[in-house]
Amino acid sequence: MTLKDRYDVVVIGSGPGGLASAIAAKKNGAQDVLIIERDVEPGGILLQCIHNGFGVEVFKQDLPGPAYAQRFIDEAFQVGVEFLLDTMVLEISRDHRIIATSKRHGFLEIQAKAVVLAMGCRERTRAQVRLPGTRPAGIFSAGTAQRWVNVEGYMPGKNFVILGSGDIGMIMARRLTFEGAKVERVLEVMPYLSGLTRNYVQCLMDYDIELQLMHTVKNIIGKNRVEAIESVAVDEKWNPIPGTEEIIPCDTLLLSVGLIPENELSRQAGVAIDPVTAGPFVDDGFQTSVPGIFSAGNVVHVYDLVDWVTEAGLMAGKSAAQLVQSGKQTVSPVIPVKAGENVRYVVPHTLCPDHLADGEIRIQMRVRQPIEQPVWVEVRSGEKLIHRKGEPYTRPGEMVTIPLKPAMLDAVKASSGLTVSIVRR
Amino acid sequence: MKQYDIIIIGGGVVGCMTARALSRFNLKILLVEKESDIGMGASSANSAIVHAGHDPYPGTLKAEMNRLANPMWDEISAELGIPFRRSGAYIVAVGPDECGCLESLLERGHENRVPIEMISGEEMLRREPLLNPQVSGALYTPTAGMVDPFAACIAPLENAIENGVEVMTGTAFTDFIVQDNKISGIRTNRGDFGCHWVVNAAGVYSDEVMHKAGVRPEFKINTRRGEYYILDSTEIEMSNILFPVPTGVSKGILVFGSTHGNVLVGPNSQEAPDKEDKAVTAKGLSEIWQSAQKLVPSITPRAIIGVFAGMRASGNATCKVCGIDYHHDFVIERAEEVEGLINLAGIESPGLTSAPAIAERVVELLKDAGVSMAVKKDWNPIRKARPRFNHLSRKEQAELVGRDARYGRVVCRCEMITEGEIVAEIHAPIPARTYDAIKRRTWLGTGRCLGSFDMPRVVELLSHELGIPVTEVTKKGPGSEFLVRPTKEVEA
Repeated sequence: MTLKDRYDVVVIGSGPGGLASAIAAKKNGAQDVLIIERDVEPGGILLQCIHNGFGVEVFKQDLPGPAYAQRFIDEAFQVGVEFLLDTMVLEISRDHRIIATSKRHGFLEIQAKAVVLAMGCRERTRAQVRLPGTRPAGIFSAGTAQRWVNVEGYMPGKNFVILGSGDIGMIMARRLTFEGAKVERVLEVMPYLSGLTRNYVQCLMDYDIELQLMHTVKNIIGKNRVEAIESVAVDEKWNPIPGTEEIIPCDTLLLSVGLIPENELSRQAGVAIDPVTAGPFVDDGFQTSVPGIFSAGNVVHVYDLVDWVTEAGLMAGKSAAQLVQSGKQTVSPVIPVKAGENVRYVVPHTLCPDHLADGEIRIQMRVRQPIEQPVWVEVRSGEKLIHRKGEPYTRPGEMVTIPLKPAMLDAVKASSGLTVSIVRR
Repeated sequence: MKQYDIIIIGGGVVGCMTARALSRFNLKILLVEKESDIGMGASSANSAIVHAGHDPYPGTLKAEMNRLANPMWDEISAELGIPFRRSGAYIVAVGPDECGCLESLLERGHENRVPIEMISGEEMLRREPLLNPQVSGALYTPTAGMVDPFAACIAPLENAIENGVEVMTGTAFTDFIVQDNKISGIRTNRGDFGCHWVVNAAGVYSDEVMHKAGVRPEFKINTRRGEYYILDSTEIEMSNILFPVPTGVSKGILVFGSTHGNVLVGPNSQEAPDKEDKAVTAKGLSEIWQSAQKLVPSITPRAIIGVFAGMRASGNATCKVCGIDYHHDFVIERAEEVEGLINLAGIESPGLTSAPAIAERVVELLKDAGVSMAVKKDWNPIRKARPRFNHLSRKEQAELVGRDARYGRVVCRCEMITEGEIVAEIHAPIPARTYDAIKRRTWLGTGRCLGSFDMPRVVELLSHELGIPVTEVTKKGPGSEFLVRPTKEVEA
């Protein structure tokens, strides 16, 4: 591959969002499409997700992460997407100039007509959940442990306590058990699961791993290596309940306490960030506040299933290609979409009614707390109900989607703003 | 038994600066450090401030050392390549009640002969807009500064090594060898070493070391723990150093910008009888937060990306100057009870600031004792800092990557630390052989992901460069291994 210094579309990151964006950009008419990936091979975090559960929606098949990634890697090569691996982007300017550095390719400057941000997310840390105690070896994020076990082939401990019922944590509980380690406990500060119910059933229940809701780590004990953690029950306001402390001997504490979209590059480029999602404000084509800079996948908000990340990537890539070809921004009116009752946030933040003429627009959201009874997901313009959809229940760990149909075009066009709410039936 | 002229016990900032000062002379010197790396005690966890010197009780050794050392930092940081910024500092009064304190502090500053001026609340707010609008006045000390506390240990000791000093880490002092009431060597876990003089710079253990020689049995270090919180540089930017009006026990809880670009808050001051108990506590957090938000209301715990705690070596030495009633002074003296021992003890704040002056005082004490101190002709005062990719301009970065491709691979994404920098530290004069050693030298893993991304990569690099299995790579020395075994080997 001869690297050019100008590209139509440059995608930052080769996880599922980035791969789908690049493929879609190419398929929708962009000539030169480049993916820049910091790791030595494409695929992103999927490469360390060797468990199954990927592709049920997109392929109607239950694939392991690397197999899911490989389908898109193969397709990307087929359609002629170029890859720049082992390369870190240092800076993206508002006018799409990219500075990157690489052991293999040296120091690089690339000009893009459009950029798709697909950097994914990172894990919340011990400091962010403010865990007290000492700072010995043996405190890892679940994702770091996952990389060690599944990619490098090493065990980061023998006896584990896992804080947080995030998906990676529950999946690692099962994985570590397979590898002969003992998972003593999974602690969750909330009164409900933060990951998918299916992971609770398949990863914890099936292996008799105890989950304690409304429990957290009160103290970490150990000078050189973790020796034990002290757990404690908490009330609804997360206050420790005296007398419920328990010392759990272990040599490792894994943290699965949430994911944060990784937007340092986006901020640098001047992209406006939604404080609730921690990702860019996007329109229905996943364009950010900076013209020509798009974003896709977990960099926008944290998804529950990879299939939806792929879907978002396809949309972002298509939009980027269309912009590159038309050479100008569409200047049609946009309508804000807001989170209403029981909804923590919605994506996209705005939509263009004209796009609804071309096909459905999917609005995705996370709820604030579990509602374990049938609900309506409602889209309203002021008081006026535009669309609603039934769900048997809603849970914070599981995303909710409501598609707006072309048939609703007139109602949406007439609206000055949509509000999405979830109400009990 | 290997013979030295001088053995320094302790590789904190005091020991390292002393080693460098003594390396000017034709002396055979050994520095022993019990931990796996130097600078792992109080020197690794403090406010990193070069204090102006307004605060110490006038007439004490603390006040004297602070005043002497403060002006030394420009030259010493330039010679040794230590990041240092003479930014000045503010002591800020909030609300009408605290203003009175400033008057007495101003007086104390004058007494300590430190440049200090009073400014209005309005002016203070103009200089630091993030400050609480209730600010009623402030003192400005223009000579205060901010230093990289890790480089303040590593740089002088590397320079000392360059000038012939030997260093042994993982070497714990266990006892003195004394003949005819004169020290003739030390015993360690790695054998005995002969010497004429010992400099006790053992930090929180300096009391226990001197007691082994029967010196000052009444002297005791009562360690006090201080907790700190590091804030995300994308959430808050501030380069000033803001002190509150002081409490009786300490200079209070600060909000300050580090040389590294992050804002830090802390420390509190808690009695900690266990000298190794560097745990952070929920109580400490809320205490620090209340004080910090009083100074800068907009800071939120949400911005926290790191926590640490350090141990102050608070001593109970009475100031020897007649008429001064102060009982937490530095000990910088030749032992009276035994020959051949210099004690540097109770070096709490302003210890980092004072270290260069304390080191020069050791030179004087040795001269006074009649030690022949011939200056080396070929002494080299310069230690060049190794390149830091993230501190370079884009043009310089491109040149560096062109010269050595390893600087092109970013290993720590938050702090932008490259493979080239890590490898250089592993093979430096004081080799960084643990994860934390690399962290202290490069600031790797100190960003918002706290090392989640770089950790497997650094473990791999350490294994490769040191030629050891990854299961032997440690965070901070033996017993802190990251990995226990390869997968697919289930224990019976």
